Amino acid sequence: MLAAINVLLLLFLVVCAVVVARTKDLLSATVIFGAYSMVMSIIWQQLHSPDVAITEAAIGAGATSLLFLAAISRTGRHEE
Amino acid sequence: MNDMILEMLSRILIPATQLFGAYILFHGHLSPGGGFSGGTIIGASFILYSLVYRFTAQKHRLKHETSLWLEVGGVLVYVMAGLVGIVFGRHFLTNQGVFPTGEPGRLWSSGMILLVTLGIGAKVAGTVLKLFQELLEGGAEPDGHH
Repeated sequence: MLAAINVLLLLFLVVCAVVVARTKDLLSATVIFGAYSMVMSIIWQQLHSPDVAITEAAIGAGATSLLFLAAISRTGRHEE
Repeated sequence: MNDMILEMLSRILIPATQLFGAYILFHGHLSPGGGFSGGTIIGASFILYSLVYRFTAQKHRLKHETSLWLEVGGVLVYVMAGLVGIVFGRHFLTNQGVFPTGEPGRLWSSGMILLVTLGIGAKVAGTVLKLFQELLEGGAEPDGHH
């Protein structure tokens, strides 16, 4: 049961990574990147490293998304 | 612009985030977490504050000097805690024998490690806030507008 959930999480991770690279709308890409970081944080927890999981949730899903949002608000939303 | 939903949500979210960050900071030597993770969480709450109050009340906004003093103060706390060991005739950042230690497993059991963790937390929170402020508000403005 737990292994199935882990495989599901890893599949979601791969799908998120591919979609982030292919999305033209940078705001959507930022939100998908936040979801990627959140799933990555759960996977770190499953790998018994809660310290890295906390840091990933704070940096990846929190600070990096906000910095990307700030960068988008200073430039443009769409990739040409 | 005075947005009530933003203001009410931030009034609940920002203190809760800061409390969680302070918990991770203070228990850095006992449980997962520490200076870097706790500092980032507190810095994210500062970013949320400065984002929300961009749209509500301009007079309460965080100044650039705030993040500067947080950064410099964190480094100073770290260096001062390290120099105490040298003053007592031992190595830099010496803990045992210089700082009072308590019962293992309790909050006040680590001597200066708690102090150093608080310094790192202030430094990281200031750095995250500084990055955000510089990216959103600072820097050169070639066209004269944001």
